[in-house]
Amino acid sequence: MARIVGGLTTSHIPAIGNAIAKGSHDEPYWKSFFGGYPPVREWLEDVQPDIAVMIYNDHGLNFFLDKQPTFAVGAAPEYYNQDEGWGLPTIAPFKGAPELSWHIIEALVADEFDLVTCQEMNVDHGFAIPMQLFWPDYAERDLRTVPVMINTVQHPLPSPKRCYNLGRSLGRAIEAYPEDLKVVIIGTGGLSHQLDGERAGFINKEFDEMCMEKIVNEPEYFLDMSIHELVRQAGAQGAEFINWLAMRGALNGNVKSLHTNYNIPISNTAAGLMCLENAA
Amino acid sequence: MTEQEPIDGTVMFDGAQAIKGYALNKMCYSFNEAASREAFLADEEAYMSRYGLNDEQKQAIRDKVVLNLLAAGGNIYYLAKFAGIFGLGVQDVGAQQTGMSVEAFKEKLVAAGA
Repeated sequence: MARIVGGLTTSHIPAIGNAIAKGSHDEPYWKSFFGGYPPVREWLEDVQPDIAVMIYNDHGLNFFLDKQPTFAVGAAPEYYNQDEGWGLPTIAPFKGAPELSWHIIEALVADEFDLVTCQEMNVDHGFAIPMQLFWPDYAERDLRTVPVMINTVQHPLPSPKRCYNLGRSLGRAIEAYPEDLKVVIIGTGGLSHQLDGERAGFINKEFDEMCMEKIVNEPEYFLDMSIHELVRQAGAQGAEFINWLAMRGALNGNVKSLHTNYNIPISNTAAGLMCLENAA
Repeated sequence: MTEQEPIDGTVMFDGAQAIKGYALNKMCYSFNEAASREAFLADEEAYMSRYGLNDEQKQAIRDKVVLNLLAAGGNIYYLAKFAGIFGLGVQDVGAQQTGMSVEAFKEKLVAAGA
């Protein structure tokens, strides 16, 4: 049977992709940020996951406002990174796992999550940068991926509770998959930041630290929070924390936090990283 | 739905904004492609007309004023593709919206971590 080995979270700020492309890892601005990843990569080398389920938000690459799904699941043999318009270099395609994708889709729809399914899908920085951070050599690996896209562009966004419950269904679906696969669940984006309006540049360290603490073994704390309250506390784009909650929902009851890192600022954002081991 | 207290300096990109901004956002979505960015630069007025922008949207594009683009229904993720044509990143856009210099805006971000 498939088994969820753990969950990861990371910010997916485009500036990270530029810094990787330029090799800026050791510059003072970046050192503490990139320094958080080697322990997580060591853990990944130990557990050797076969599959990365990537819960992220599209920022106007694969989806436009003409057809904006609340939840979409990729079911393609390969996912392509493409030009997003503002100069981030595009990187190699990502391998898919279409049979597992369809198993997940069937289980989620049976649980009344009415999804959009995608047999062709481009993935933007929200997906690509976390892949680069966790597996810099992903293109040479057998690692396969399942993209799970959550809308954070067009309000109304799905509530924290809905996203957490999506994660719970996702976790049950994976653990019912008959093939012996090790699966890691990744929630990308966040933490607090706001790009638009007079409140641009808003960062809330206290709230972020609380999020990183409570998501480990008290995720219920967030279930009655509205999107409006999340935006108030985390900033307009800090609402991406719903991706983290969906990741957490897929893990079992008790998880252990193995590594964390937190840096202010990376670009306009408070960058958070977590590595959570799933209970056996 | 209960009416929620507005958040200062924050516009939720909801249905009303989506209706208002559709043409503007559709044009900015086209800037994912290099050929579209080049076509825009070659003739901005013709490109805006082709996407059916209204006068408010056209003027906000000509002026490159982000708060006016937001007021005209623009969504920040799509506006970022427009800003990118001119090499403007999120710190430039943040500085402009808050009426700060880019250096002062960056200092404000650093101060948030103190």
